[in-house]
Amino acid sequence: MINKATIDEILNGHQDEKAQESEDLTRRSFLWLGAGAIGAVYVGAIGYPVYKYLATPAQRSAEAGAVTETTLDGADALPVNSALMFKFGTKPAMLIHHEAGNFVAMEAVCTHLGCTVKFEPENKRIFCACHGGVYDAVSGVNVSGPPPKPLKTYKVEVQNGRIIVAKA
Amino acid sequence: MDASLSPKPEAKKTRIYHWLDERLGIEGMLVHAKEKTVPSHKHQFWYYWGGISLFFFVVQVLSGILLLVYYRPGAEAYESVRQITYDIQFGWLIRSAHSWSANLMVFAVFVHMFSVFFMKAYRRPREFGWWSGLGLLGLTMVFGFSGYLLPMDDLAYFATKVGLEIPASIPLVGTIVTDIVRGGEEITAVTTQRFFALHVVILPLLYLPFLAFHVWLVQKHGNALPPSEEEKPAAERRTIRFFPDFLAKDFGMWLLMLNVLAILASMYPWQLGPQADALASAPQGIHPEWYFMSQFQILKVFGRWFPGATGEFLGIALFTIGLILWSIIPFIDAESKNGKRAKLVNYIGLAALCGLIAVTIWGYWEL
Repeated sequence: MINKATIDEILNGHQDEKAQESEDLTRRSFLWLGAGAIGAVYVGAIGYPVYKYLATPAQRSAEAGAVTETTLDGADALPVNSALMFKFGTKPAMLIHHEAGNFVAMEAVCTHLGCTVKFEPENKRIFCACHGGVYDAVSGVNVSGPPPKPLKTYKVEVQNGRIIVAKA
Repeated sequence: MDASLSPKPEAKKTRIYHWLDERLGIEGMLVHAKEKTVPSHKHQFWYYWGGISLFFFVVQVLSGILLLVYYRPGAEAYESVRQITYDIQFGWLIRSAHSWSANLMVFAVFVHMFSVFFMKAYRRPREFGWWSGLGLLGLTMVFGFSGYLLPMDDLAYFATKVGLEIPASIPLVGTIVTDIVRGGEEITAVTTQRFFALHVVILPLLYLPFLAFHVWLVQKHGNALPPSEEEKPAAERRTIRFFPDFLAKDFGMWLLMLNVLAILASMYPWQLGPQADALASAPQGIHPEWYFMSQFQILKVFGRWFPGATGEFLGIALFTIGLILWSIIPFIDAESKNGKRAKLVNYIGLAALCGLIAVTIWGYWEL
């Protein structure tokens, strides 16, 4: 049977004297503690580089996602009643030019299960094809279907020749 | 132990143990493991090298899987290795460990083979151990050769170009086979794609059954005794238990090898040269990996002595005859009467070992 006693035999050799038992016990636990500590150092020394190696892309995308502002060159020429898909950090986002003339930008990720949503100019709404979620195209508020909350909206600043989208 | 005296975790452990034992038959395996012994004598050191080879193989599998996460064969091969080496955190270390461990594995396999040879461990009933071992050695070398190209830097490119001259010089079929392996007449992205498939799918599929067979044979027949031990009367021979005594020593050896690997991989990181360029001239002193150096050098020297196809033919003939002789050693030296040392075979083995080392050194000398 694999148990401590067997492995102790390797470490300590056979010791059957009863008088030595308590002394053995401390020596035994000391050796186990030492072996465990050394083992932990090895696990750490191998595990840390392996973790960092595998986590590099996750770390990079977290860094790339940490943007607060994106400039969309030429977006002010976007035709009325249409949408421009762009990336805000790492996430898909959409800029909509409404008939009233105003620009609205929001994250294009459905708050239900993360599908990318679509602006429907004919229905003047934002629709998610995955489970039929519907959002208001101006405010991003969830109107019907499964989405639990509104789409995240961004601040829009229209300049000559470009549009700056920033975190609200 | 009295149940009332035993602490609770102990009792719990026993219950789990019984649960598992009933389903998996652990007790039987452990009884078998405890009965297994390993001869204990002054040559015992050489028994570790099979285990060391296996250890490095496991390192290769694990570090190889990690490299697979970022490596892209084909046209992007160099760029992906550049990213692994310079961009991905600790990528250089993983790649360095894989390269160093590959070399250490080939070295360990050679030590294992020659120690088996001189211990006469190929004799009846262990012939299949010898043959499966030779198969594993061959596969290990193809692993090394195919892996060396994958970064597609200039060294990899030219070393592979030169290395493929060895199979290409096989009479009649050499060129056809080499063109198929290479995927054309030149080394291109197509070549890395095939070498990649070979390296990570085909070779492991071939290697693992050979390895299982090889290890099973060792379980079946146990460790061979060297002739000097066989001479002794049975009563004088000493053994130790495989489990846990020998395994603990094995484990210690693996730990030592892990440290050696860690030092080499971190202190001498494997380099990545400039990207392979078919139009660039070969860098000075281009040569294959050290374990192909002897074959390379023999071909080179024979080509010098016997110009034209004759030299290549004679070089290949020499390897082939040598390899056939090496494979049928169990028949040439089949006697395993106690104490029969078979001096002649020892001299042949010594000549083969010294010859390999000498030709390898000669090869490096001439670079």
